Amino acid sequence: MRHLLDILDLTTEEIGQLINTACDIIDDPDKYAEKCRRRKLATLFFEPSTRTRLSFEAAMYELGGSVLGFSSSSSSSTSKGESVSDTIKVVSCYADIIAMRHPKEGAPMVASMVSGVPIINAGDGGHNHPTQTLADLLTIYREKGSFENLTVGLCGDLKFGRTVHSLINAMSRYSGVKFVLISPEELKLPDYVTNNVLVKNNIEFEETTDLLEAMPKLDILYMTRVQRERFFNEQDYIRLKDSYILTPDKLEGAKKDLCIMHPLPRVNEISVAVDNDPRACYFKQVLNGKYMRMALILKLLEVE
Amino acid sequence: MVIDSINDGIVIDHITSGMSMTLYKYLNLDKLTCSVAIIKNAPSSKAGKKDIIKIDRPIDINIDVLGYLDPGVSVNIIENGEIVKKFKPDLPERLVDVIKCKNPRCISQDEQELVHIFKLTDRENHIYRCIYCESKGKAKFNS
Repeated sequence: MRHLLDILDLTTEEIGQLINTACDIIDDPDKYAEKCRRRKLATLFFEPSTRTRLSFEAAMYELGGSVLGFSSSSSSSTSKGESVSDTIKVVSCYADIIAMRHPKEGAPMVASMVSGVPIINAGDGGHNHPTQTLADLLTIYREKGSFENLTVGLCGDLKFGRTVHSLINAMSRYSGVKFVLISPEELKLPDYVTNNVLVKNNIEFEETTDLLEAMPKLDILYMTRVQRERFFNEQDYIRLKDSYILTPDKLEGAKKDLCIMHPLPRVNEISVAVDNDPRACYFKQVLNGKYMRMALILKLLEVE
Repeated sequence: MVIDSINDGIVIDHITSGMSMTLYKYLNLDKLTCSVAIIKNAPSSKAGKKDIIKIDRPIDINIDVLGYLDPGVSVNIIENGEIVKKFKPDLPERLVDVIKCKNPRCISQDEQELVHIFKLTDRENHIYRCIYCESKGKAKFNS
């Protein structure tokens, strides 16, 4: 029995297989409409996340399965003091597979240690969110046709952004990938990611504070939000916030086939005016997330 | 200074000077009822000075604790007044309930009776990370 706790739990070959399955689902959804008939997915969301939960639920319904679960810890036995382990042991009796989000880092690992059914980490605090990375990877693959020899720009909050760290981990395994890390000094990529992933694996990367200067080099631009609460003082935030807001004029120097991505939700870091640009891929990412979750459910349930 | 030799027991030698009380605590030697001798700042040809712990009874000691806290030590098992086994503990791959995760966002802070487990992620720099949240582990040396 397999679980997905971290994107690195999957080999590049397995990610390739998931992408093939997802592409096949996109081409012929009817073929998959009954694949999970009589199977049940439990969505255990100990903290609210409407979009991720809906994506999992839509994925299971499109496979012909059904869904049960809760959308906040207040509506679970956690509010009575039940441990994660006990909740999972109970839910394992009802469901064939569990997708869980929990505010505490490592909670899905604890779940996997006691569960009788596969566990999918749907986000554990600021730690991991591997199905977001699967959505990102399918988007990159469908837009670029390959993961190799791409220059990936990561912009905004690179310090606290778990999606950025996971994507770096995942993309670092493909040859010829270069990273351009675009952020204010205060929100640079943490040293443990720079040293343990990029330096250790001899991955080419550069760090800059200037989005405009980096723009012409990029094949992928992955935007994240610069949040006010991450700054020590208001003046720094006001000085920097507009530098990392993507507007149509900032895209003038960009490649014609740039792929603009964002894990969403967006607040103001990508102007709505960019949405109509054919290079905007962030809503495609949402749809791709559903297809990858379908492929993942099939894999973990070992459905042919 | 002369400490009686032991007949059956364990001698932990080549302890980094000043570390003996930390090992004493982490090995739970205070729970023993037999004689335990702690020799601090004994002369050492290699390090100048060292600490030594002598335990006057054969016990199961947690080799992982030794390997983690002071990997340079050597352990001598004594039977009938003779050294029958001598070894140097290596850095353990896993530490089980030796150190506690301090990350307030880690599930190990909340989950009832969850075992704290750290894995060795960087042998060269002796870095251990919590298996749940991947935070770096820190031992409370010299406490």
